[in-house]
Amino acid sequence: MVLLEDAHSTEDDRSNYNSYNDNSYNENNSDGPWLSEVKNAAMRSVRKKPGKLWWVTIIVLAAVIVAGLFAWIYQLKHGLGSAGYNDQAFWAVYIADVIAFIGVSYGGAVISAILRLTGQSWRAPLTRLAEAMALVTVVIGGAFIFPHLGRPDRILNIVVYPNFSSPLFWDFMAILTYMIATTIFFYLPLIPDLAFISRLFGDKKSSWQKFLYSTLSFNWLGNKRQKEILHRGLTIIALLIIPLAVSVHSVLSWAFALTSRPGWLETVFPPYFVIAALYSGTAMVVLVVAGFRRGYKLQRFITDRHFARLGYIMVALGLVYLYLTFADLVSEGYTGITTGWISETISGRYAIPFWFYVFAGELLPIFIVAFKRTRNAKWITIASFFVVIALWVKRLVIVLPPATQPLISGPWGSYHFTWVSITVTLAGVAAIPFLLMVMFRFIPLFSIEDMEEAGELGSVEQVSNHTLALSRLLKKATASSSNGKNPITVQAINTTEELV
Amino acid sequence: MSKVNFSRRKFLKITGATAAVGTIELVTYKAYAATSSSSGSMSGANGVTGMSAASMANTQAPADHQWVMVIDLRYCNGCKSCTAACQKAHYLTEDQTWMSVFTMTDGLGKTYSMPRPCMQCENPPCLHVCPVHATFRTDQGVTLVNQGRCIGCRMCMAACPYEARYFNWNSSVSYPQLSVKPTPEFPVPQRLGTVGKCTFCVGNLNDGYLSECASGCAMGVIYNGDMVTDVAVNGNGNTVKLSQFLYENDAVSYKPSQDTHPRVWYILGHGQNLDTDVAS
Repeated sequence: MVLLEDAHSTEDDRSNYNSYNDNSYNENNSDGPWLSEVKNAAMRSVRKKPGKLWWVTIIVLAAVIVAGLFAWIYQLKHGLGSAGYNDQAFWAVYIADVIAFIGVSYGGAVISAILRLTGQSWRAPLTRLAEAMALVTVVIGGAFIFPHLGRPDRILNIVVYPNFSSPLFWDFMAILTYMIATTIFFYLPLIPDLAFISRLFGDKKSSWQKFLYSTLSFNWLGNKRQKEILHRGLTIIALLIIPLAVSVHSVLSWAFALTSRPGWLETVFPPYFVIAALYSGTAMVVLVVAGFRRGYKLQRFITDRHFARLGYIMVALGLVYLYLTFADLVSEGYTGITTGWISETISGRYAIPFWFYVFAGELLPIFIVAFKRTRNAKWITIASFFVVIALWVKRLVIVLPPATQPLISGPWGSYHFTWVSITVTLAGVAAIPFLLMVMFRFIPLFSIEDMEEAGELGSVEQVSNHTLALSRLLKKATASSSNGKNPITVQAINTTEELV
Repeated sequence: MSKVNFSRRKFLKITGATAAVGTIELVTYKAYAATSSSSGSMSGANGVTGMSAASMANTQAPADHQWVMVIDLRYCNGCKSCTAACQKAHYLTEDQTWMSVFTMTDGLGKTYSMPRPCMQCENPPCLHVCPVHATFRTDQGVTLVNQGRCIGCRMCMAACPYEARYFNWNSSVSYPQLSVKPTPEFPVPQRLGTVGKCTFCVGNLNDGYLSECASGCAMGVIYNGDMVTDVAVNGNGNTVKLSQFLYENDAVSYKPSQDTHPRVWYILGHGQNLDTDVAS
């Protein structure tokens, strides 16, 4: 069986595809054309030798991460002052990073969970990427607690001398619990895929990779009973992860909202944080999906429709967040019972980041999704990029004005970015693609089980099966022609792909 | 606790003794003392004046002393010698103004100076939010920080309504070699990555000396007081009967709406008029 993309791919790619036997995926010759294609595409990241671009990207990302670690060591030696902190800007960029990273994680997990629970079959090619992103970002977000603390070496004191009345103790507990749940949520759908990979190693008993994969898959056989148990487990964890994630972000918000500072002492804060997390998380799902779709040529499975649907979800959440932002500002702004953090946010020293959020993080994505011309993969990816950036900026605007306001009298405080805080933050950003790219060298890009189910359910994929058959015919025609570069057949293949 | 708060509020409502100077919220000592006695804690007879149920709950056996501070704003000229004395004694950086002098604006638009130590709240928000119990309250009513345990999360800085906490941000500060190890009572030298604040110089007080700020104030603004013996003394050696001094001078505490119950009392001067403030 030949892949459609081969018509466009380079000679390198073609030789790679030909280098292994496609039948190895077709275990008992029972796979339909759809499933074969799915397995081929899902295994692309595992079987295909990484190209030059992959290595360049990985090395650049690794360099950024190493620079961040170096900056953190520098900060450990010289104190948090080197990251721009002072007594009035006592909380700043790192806590914004914690909220932002754990926020996008929540988005990934909940989008996947809700789509799973509501039986949205179009989710199938997205869930693995979304769940992997959720896992990676919660780990990075949790790691940002370390540069945030003045004495990270004493972090275990939270367990040794716990104060149950402290919001931070519950932050710690909530993040840990959520981290475990995200791992399970990522791992359960992975089990059949791990078993699948382990079978690819054939009968080589000595292969340690086979041993590892089959051990990690708990000797999954894929019989009816196992599938039932897995399905039930997935439903439970998908149900659990939604309230769990709500609790994480509520507790995170209470680190602010349980102090008496004007601007933080807000009843709206817990839902405010939850929605921000969902909003930025959906945008991050789009970014990750767009990256892997391009990198591994998954356009057949992840289409403009997927982006449009994610775009709708994103904009709906964005509108709720805009509404909550307004609700947060209006009551104190109207009555004037404030120490000035609202005027500083809207028209003062924090006005530029605030309005950047409004325009780039709200209005721009709304317009991009609203117009049919821009409602495609490229533009929605651009919108998501701005949403992720703007929501990080928004977190800073939530953190800084109430922190830097004078509570007694005197001038406002200010936070200045230094190379330390910028480098550490960038390392966190670089760690997302780095960890994902490395991770997907070992696991399939899709949940094959999910894709199979979606294929059985039909809908979009049935259509694609027909077009697939058509394209295969065309492909044969191409192969039979003298040089395989007949312009008419190539054009026909292109048209077919667009149809898909 | 909530019962105490309710009764205090009720009392304030009845007497109309709410006081506010410009943007500052103040509660009078008179209201405080009356509420405390009405809530059934020890008072008058055995010399313990105005100790609320909150402080009693934290003390199993009443300690020998219950330290308070009285700041007589009538004589404060804003020279900041209290800040300097504190920083010298505790080897603090210039930014670490544990005893800080703020320039305030009163209801008439005039400015005056207000020294602000740690308020040693009876209901300290910083204590509740500390995730590792690094902040604790002694039986003498003084809130201290164990810098050997603090993880540097700065939640207490977020929670304190008086901006009384200062972090050790930089390692560039050089400290002298001292023969004694740092303790919560005398946290010198400060430790990098932990939080610090005014300790009321509780070590000095227990040894029979005044706090550094009180002895450093030539104007006699700052009084160290003890609620058990009902005595207060300032840097000029002026000794007063604490309860009487507070009562007669209409002493107030700062930001009562925060329910922190400070153990620092202010005597207003420099043009602010308590009656005017009540009207506003």
